[in-house]
Amino acid sequence: MGVEKSARDYILKFFKHLSLIVASALCVLPVVSCVFAAFKTKEEFAATSKMALPQDWGHLDNFINFWNDSGIGLGFLTSIFVMIVVITLSVMMGSMLAYVLNRFKFRGNALIRNLFLYAALFPTILLQVTVYKLMIQMHLVDSLIGYIILQTGTDVIAIYILLQYFENLSVSLDESAVLEGCTYFGVFFKILLPLLRPAIVTCMILKGVGIYNEYYNASLYLQSKNKYKTVSTALYNYLGPTKSQYEIICAGVLICIVPILIIFLVFQKQVYSGMTNGAVKG
Amino acid sequence: MSSNSGAAALKESGSFRAWLIKPNVQKWLVIITFAIVPVILLLLFIYYPIGKMVEFSLYNMSYTKVKGFVGLKNYIDIFAKPELFQTFRVSLYYMVGAIVQIALALYFATILSFKTKFTGVYKAAMFFPYLVNGIALGFIFKFFYTRGYVLDTVLTAFGIPLESLPYWLRDQSINNWSLVATSLWKYMGQNMVLFSGAIMSVDPTLYEAASIDGANKWHQFRYIILPSISTVLTLNVILSITGSLSAFEPPYVITSMGGNGTATYFIKMHETAHTLHKVGLASAMAVVLITIIILCTIIQKLVFKYAFRNSGTDSAKTKMKRKQFSKGVN
Repeated sequence: MGVEKSARDYILKFFKHLSLIVASALCVLPVVSCVFAAFKTKEEFAATSKMALPQDWGHLDNFINFWNDSGIGLGFLTSIFVMIVVITLSVMMGSMLAYVLNRFKFRGNALIRNLFLYAALFPTILLQVTVYKLMIQMHLVDSLIGYIILQTGTDVIAIYILLQYFENLSVSLDESAVLEGCTYFGVFFKILLPLLRPAIVTCMILKGVGIYNEYYNASLYLQSKNKYKTVSTALYNYLGPTKSQYEIICAGVLICIVPILIIFLVFQKQVYSGMTNGAVKG
Repeated sequence: MSSNSGAAALKESGSFRAWLIKPNVQKWLVIITFAIVPVILLLLFIYYPIGKMVEFSLYNMSYTKVKGFVGLKNYIDIFAKPELFQTFRVSLYYMVGAIVQIALALYFATILSFKTKFTGVYKAAMFFPYLVNGIALGFIFKFFYTRGYVLDTVLTAFGIPLESLPYWLRDQSINNWSLVATSLWKYMGQNMVLFSGAIMSVDPTLYEAASIDGANKWHQFRYIILPSISTVLTLNVILSITGSLSAFEPPYVITSMGGNGTATYFIKMHETAHTLHKVGLASAMAVVLITIIILCTIIQKLVFKYAFRNSGTDSAKTKMKRKQFSKGVN
């Protein structure tokens, strides 16, 4: 009986590990194959198996060509600029709104909460049919400001995360500060804002990943291909639907995804907890 | 005289300041200055467009010109035009994929929550696809699925002859599954991280108590883990339904705007609005999608209510058992 049970345990254990290894391998495989292709010359890519290691890991022409021809350098600058501005704005607005909704009772509080709650239901790309018309009327199509406003304005997740975090900050903090003559503005900026750091980090991660990978709005609202480029639009516009030089395509793909993967490896813990915090009400 | 009016002004500004820092005034000042911008943006970019969408859906119009009121004709068109209606069928592939994705995520989250070697490595390997840029993902899989390239090389290495393999992106009996697999690749690990986050929040002594009560791994999953993640689970089911209708990047990049019968509902909507300039019809499509989302949410709320009631009694039971157990020891 005891032997039987342990045999069964071993089989279960075997399948458990097998499934983990297979799944991990399948997740890594597509990217690894890109790495192999990106370091090959054109002839080598055509002649060798797609899973064969490149002969010369120092062959960087594909990366250099992609960098020079696609304008992804400008894409990185634009994406990083948009990221900084949008994250700052949405964290500030989100925490201010969360402060007001959490700390004050007033007519309309519940209404505003519900408006934000239900807004989270609608995927924002779905609304672009009519938002586009609105943006034309406001002359915000093909303008970086328009894109930034749009990315900031429709951010509901940050407000949730911050609102949730406020629930755990004791009101006695506010009260004692007010007794010492602090205004409500002072309470927010001097006392509560510094305490929000963990929640702000979560928002930064979620928002940062979202903006770095955003393509649809950028393609709609930053149309002049030579004037504005984000990482995603530079990648798509250069590699396009017709290009078939996969050694260059793979190099471009790696240039685009490696920065974010490095950030992930460095801040793994924060990324995971950011995901879980952000999803509770997502 | 002049000094007098100066004093009055001073007194006035003093009283203005006094008025300003009166708690009630200050409260409203804070509320208005802090809330006004986000609320305006929310109304402008979410609720106003939804209202406009309903209005536009009743017209035959482009972005620049209104050609006339057509009533419900746009809505009838969605269901009458086969090239639009068939995208619902494509979405079904994504829904099936989403169910598989959630099941796999649940499985891996559960086994990784028990002690396993290399948990961190497995978790990272399965999660990182979520961070991959959607456009980059498209190109990665275009490369992956091309005839004789990565997938075919791997499969032939396992002894499957190339001739028996389909064209993954061209063959209409399989290409939608190929695309669904890419979205599974991207989101499975993220779902897993969400689930394992919820599983981690379970009180570990529950497992001990349960195993002393003779519960096996399946019982632990069914009666401890599952109830504790019901919120995240139902939420993900909803998200995957809306996601399956609005899937965009895989067909956009991999099959060049949904060629070979891979266009999703959202791809068609985008094309209708921005290529064919039929904004009225596209608005009607968006309204239909929003209605589906609202219906799904209502159903989810009802299901959740039911599931919550169930799991509530479940966890109460386990708690009671635990209490009995600890009493027994004492």
